[in-house]
Amino acid sequence: MFPAAFDYRAPATIEEALAALAEAGDEAKVMAGGQSLIPLLKLRFASPSLVLDIGRLPGLRGVETGGGMITIGALTRHADLERNRDLAAICPILADTAPQVSDPLVRNQGTVGGSIAHADPSGDWGSVMIALNAQLVARSSRGERVIAATEFFQGPFTTALAADEILTEIRIPAVARAAGTYLKLERKIGDFATVAVAVQVEMSNGNIGRAGIGLTSVGAKNLHATAAEQALKGAAPTQEAIGEAARMAAAAAEPKDDIRGTAAYKRDIVRVFVQRGLKTAIKRAQEVAG
Amino acid sequence: MKVSLKVNGTEYSDDVEPRVLLVDFIRTNLKLTGTHIGCDTTSCGACTVLLDGEPVKSCTLLAVQVAGREIATVEGLAAGGALDPVQVGFHEEHGLQCGFCTPGMMLVSKALLDRNPDPTEEEIRWAISGNICRCTGYINIVKAVQHAAKARSAATAAPTGAGQAVPAGGQ
Repeated sequence: MFPAAFDYRAPATIEEALAALAEAGDEAKVMAGGQSLIPLLKLRFASPSLVLDIGRLPGLRGVETGGGMITIGALTRHADLERNRDLAAICPILADTAPQVSDPLVRNQGTVGGSIAHADPSGDWGSVMIALNAQLVARSSRGERVIAATEFFQGPFTTALAADEILTEIRIPAVARAAGTYLKLERKIGDFATVAVAVQVEMSNGNIGRAGIGLTSVGAKNLHATAAEQALKGAAPTQEAIGEAARMAAAAAEPKDDIRGTAAYKRDIVRVFVQRGLKTAIKRAQEVAG
Repeated sequence: MKVSLKVNGTEYSDDVEPRVLLVDFIRTNLKLTGTHIGCDTTSCGACTVLLDGEPVKSCTLLAVQVAGREIATVEGLAAGGALDPVQVGFHEEHGLQCGFCTPGMMLVSKALLDRNPDPTEEEIRWAISGNICRCTGYINIVKAVQHAAKARSAATAAPTGAGQAVPAGGQ
């Protein structure tokens, strides 16, 4: 399968890339690793007149900690996170997610920022960034702004990014006594999630200070289970509180019957995964505290 | 667009449309047909090549995207006329049936062993999890990789030139 014809540019600097994007506007598609975009081009679901390859831009790859946050460059590959030995201690939900994204070959080429900006409702990182309450940095030739992950996803393949903006960085608040996990059900490695759940918990004086819950593949976008989060705020980490929050998250899911399972089945997986995820996250957060 | 890249150590340069996929550039322009087109949808791994030493799916890359970088295909495995230990392993352990997935399987195996010379069975299965063998011959593929790992460590331990030198093309 060949994509429809397009012009191709691979700028050497971010300034050059932003200028080219400002000029082309929504006629252009930004490509990082290409692992989501190229399949769409081949299927001709997308036929941009310009593919703007930002994959070679310097300075947008890697993980840094400091200043109260964990910073991930948008061009950091899934494999970079998978092989990062420090990540499990710094932010276990990231370490849990990376090896579950697609398959090893796609992870060698695909990027975290590209996956987020692509905004597939079955994408893994979107739910994780929602659970982590991450901030997403968007740059354009007009300047830079920060968008909350919880506000970023607007619908299938639709985000808060303007046509002239490029996602450059992900900022995750580094919080003491916080931990999370990512649970994913897939038919086989490389398949999209049947259901996946991202859970992050901050402990405060033995109670749950903040909980973050993101849901994958059970709606038109990565969903934010706000009611369940609210219910957990300040709650003691009891079986009852966890079970109730899991039921609320399942109620927030909007799954559809498809080849991967019925809506009822997927909704119950959300409940089970949120319950399991909360238990793991709380245990990990308490160990961090200990 | 002019594209220059290094494949199996040789510089190639050609004019291609930006929409030409790397796998088609390798097969059609370079006439290296060991890289296969299987599913053409990023699922099967028959089109696996090494990009700067790491396995990727060449049906999901543009040729222009990898300009200036180094590609290794299955044709490059038998350097200097001797089979790579991975190729010997697939031969000795009957690691192929129809052979269609084999170039990809061997390249991910080589990349694994370059990174992790003594992988566990689980690590081998993890490394090949993006490559599908439709004959379902995974047991012997795993054995082939284990064979290669042993041969490589024996060659490293031996003082000089004791690697398994099997002439290429004579099987």
